[in-house]
Amino acid sequence: MTPILELKGITKQFPGVLANDNIDLRLEQGEILALLGENGAGKSTLMNILYGLYQPDQGEIWINGQPVTIESPSDAIKAGIGMVHQHFMLIPVFTVTENVMLGDEVVKKAGVLDRQAAAARVEEISKTYGLAVDPNDYLRDLPVGVQQRVEIIKLLYREAEILIFDEPTAVLTPQEADELFLIMRSLAERGKSIIFITHKLREVLEIADRIMVIRHGKMVGETLPSEADKNSLAAMMVGRDVNLVVEKKYQEPGDIVLEVKDLTVVDKFQNVIVDNVSLDVRAGEILGIAGVQGNGQTELVEVVTGLRKMESGSVTLFGQNISNASPRKITELGSAHIPEDRQADGLVLPFPIAENLVLCTYYKEPFANGIVLRYDKIMENAVKLIEDFDIRTPGALTPVGSLSGGNQQKVIIARELSRPIQFLVASQPTRGLDVGSIEYIHNCIVQKRDEGCAVLLVSPELDEIMELSDRIAVMYRGEIIAVVPNRGITKEQIGLLMAGVLPQDEIPTDENIVIEATF
Amino acid sequence: MKKEEQEKIDRGKAFLRKFNKEDGDEPKEKKSFWQSIRIPALAILTGLLIGAILIVLTSPRVYEAFGQGFFRGIGTALNEVYVSYRALFTGAFGDLGKIIKAIQSGTPHQIRVAINPILESLVVSTPYIFTGLAVALGFRAGLFNIGVEGQLFIGTACATFVGYSIKGLPGFIHMPLALLAGMVGGALWGFIPGFLKAKTGGHEVINTIMMNYIAFRLTDWLLTGPMTRQGAGSMPVSPIIEKSAEIPQFFPSPIRFHLGFFIALGVAWFIWWLLFKTTWGLNLRTVGTNPRAAKYAGLSTDKTTMMGMSISGALAGLAGAVQTLAVNRSMAIGLSSGYGFDSIALALIGNNHPLGVVLSSLLFGSLRNGATRMMVVSRIPIDIVSVIQAIILMLVAAPGIIQAIYHLKDLKTGDNKVFLSGWGGKA
Repeated sequence: MTPILELKGITKQFPGVLANDNIDLRLEQGEILALLGENGAGKSTLMNILYGLYQPDQGEIWINGQPVTIESPSDAIKAGIGMVHQHFMLIPVFTVTENVMLGDEVVKKAGVLDRQAAAARVEEISKTYGLAVDPNDYLRDLPVGVQQRVEIIKLLYREAEILIFDEPTAVLTPQEADELFLIMRSLAERGKSIIFITHKLREVLEIADRIMVIRHGKMVGETLPSEADKNSLAAMMVGRDVNLVVEKKYQEPGDIVLEVKDLTVVDKFQNVIVDNVSLDVRAGEILGIAGVQGNGQTELVEVVTGLRKMESGSVTLFGQNISNASPRKITELGSAHIPEDRQADGLVLPFPIAENLVLCTYYKEPFANGIVLRYDKIMENAVKLIEDFDIRTPGALTPVGSLSGGNQQKVIIARELSRPIQFLVASQPTRGLDVGSIEYIHNCIVQKRDEGCAVLLVSPELDEIMELSDRIAVMYRGEIIAVVPNRGITKEQIGLLMAGVLPQDEIPTDENIVIEATF
Repeated sequence: MKKEEQEKIDRGKAFLRKFNKEDGDEPKEKKSFWQSIRIPALAILTGLLIGAILIVLTSPRVYEAFGQGFFRGIGTALNEVYVSYRALFTGAFGDLGKIIKAIQSGTPHQIRVAINPILESLVVSTPYIFTGLAVALGFRAGLFNIGVEGQLFIGTACATFVGYSIKGLPGFIHMPLALLAGMVGGALWGFIPGFLKAKTGGHEVINTIMMNYIAFRLTDWLLTGPMTRQGAGSMPVSPIIEKSAEIPQFFPSPIRFHLGFFIALGVAWFIWWLLFKTTWGLNLRTVGTNPRAAKYAGLSTDKTTMMGMSISGALAGLAGAVQTLAVNRSMAIGLSSGYGFDSIALALIGNNHPLGVVLSSLLFGSLRNGATRMMVVSRIPIDIVSVIQAIILMLVAAPGIIQAIYHLKDLKTGDNKVFLSGWGGKA
């Protein structure tokens, strides 16, 4: 049987980078092919060539056994290729139908839009493929997961046969991601062929029929989910063995470093966001806060780091009361903060790396002499940290915004961990990063813990929490509903707690495990 | 093993190269300098071309000549454009022939007269430098200060008052004192909207516009009331300032070139130093570029907002003070020809960088000065002259147009968009 799509020897050279090096790819009808690779490996370039946004220097594209030239996205659409972009191309003030028909409008006489006909088709498509969407809803009112469905309907409306999903789960909650996988499966069953671009190993193993791995612009391997596991895929992707499990020895925790007592936080509408939370973190231990996003973790971290005012309760750090203290005071006590949203909070994107590396300490010796900045010292510091933390950049004066996400995060890690700190708040420290960077950052955090630093880790990724934490606190609807030592407890048990179920009887009665329910 | 060692050595070398800044940064910067000069140069040229068409289209003499014959019409059109632009350039920069002749003759008076146009261009540019810096500093702090005009009025009033009311002080005290008064007045007028923004969240664009109206009417009242000149009839003018408060002009009248121009350059250097070499400047730029990161880093956005608006206002006040003490020597209604508003364009053209502001102010001042002569010599209505000026500035400010016309590869406009964050963009 002829494959629906074949790429033969695709090569694309950018100034200084060989983005795609003689890549061959084959896609069968009704198949889900995962294209796995680290950020910057050349996945997106390859797909942009297929979608007509770039022209290959060499190589051919064959569809249904015929060679085709694709010079623009409209050529691609005509050839039956559609792409769900990571960032949606939708207009918030238009309805679902209007968004779908945009660029391919159904018209009645005299150019009047035939909304009803279009809506009927949207309805039909959504029924056929199990994409629950109301054609008359306005886009701005829809959650992200549903917006993505609208993107998919847009492609089906244009009768795309080959669907490219570019990192589709990056913007979704875990539940939405599961729903998306169901949709992808149903599309494949109805004969659509799918290319799924990702760097998340778990997803690949879950959904793909076949996996191709791309590294440094080359296709380095092809495998089946039944024959692969996370470790082998990670190794193929990175080009060396990757330790997905951080090595961590048990160590007796020291004195209490952070103590939060009866903390309550309300938002501007007086809704209780953090509800009477008490917890402590000791020197040399990692306390992981597990929980579905939006259960008060963000606000808890903001209060502890001085970015938000509390309603009542107290926060003590190194024995000093830091309730409602300024971020600078908290930093100067010897704490560091890896913020949840690195681009919004952690970095000033247009500024050079060198300045971002002194964002919290620029006013102190040796970087400043009175009010005069000492750029020689700032540069020296930058060159050293770029070397120490292996930040991949053309130079210390490069604007931080032009680095890849992983390297941006490394700038923050370098800045925060190079200071002499005794307390670290790490909020989603590996969000959106690839395997190599995750390994690196996890090692950095564990190393700090081994040196005796107290670490408060917040992450919606349960794997991350389970791997790093010494103790796990589960947050649900603003409350800490359980604190358990990370020994012998399973992912499923934590998962139940995250869903708010308190299974008093189901937890194994191992002596090591203590449940401290707070109500 | 060997390979690894080699790698280590290579990394070491790379480190040293970076450390010693031998990465060949220099030639790159030069290249980008020429690239950044290319667009404005083409913009001015294109503006002049469009202007030429306008001159031809609006000149009654050209239509007359076309009535007498096609070639006659073409000839007159070309002549008309030539005469106008010659006047524009000699008005702005002087007549090269005359300058050479004057130097040959060796009489200082003739030399001064010959180079007066270029000196006059500097005089006209001076207030724009101050107001341009005021707007640019605001943008760097994420603040859109539209109130420069009002701050300039208040600064002028304060400087004038100190200039005429205090008597018997020596010049080296009185003149700086009057300048200081101008700065304080402008700073106060800038501080008020800054304070409102920091404490109540009131948007500075609204508040500075309203502060402008208060300033205009307040100075009207001052000039017809408390600050009016005795014996000037009902003319709304202030008394003339004391000799000791004057900023010295370098040459006898009618050459108005004065010390204020060098003060402007000095202040521009100082603002550059403040913005890019001090903790205070980094603080201000961080707040202006990403207020959330600033908060995360422990900076006070409120303090910075108030400081930024005050200093911006002080610069605006200084513009008025210098213009009064050096050129006008008294305050009258209509003292500003829209410095505060034109300067918004100048700050943006200059990419909110002090050097850029100085350059765009010089361009604007020269155009304005040359335009005066162009109007006199070529009998082109002042409106057309203003239109040509506006077209040139529009083209300089919108590099996209020039890139499209000449099919240039787009330039990296990295921090061009810094100013956006202040007004509803991100903050």
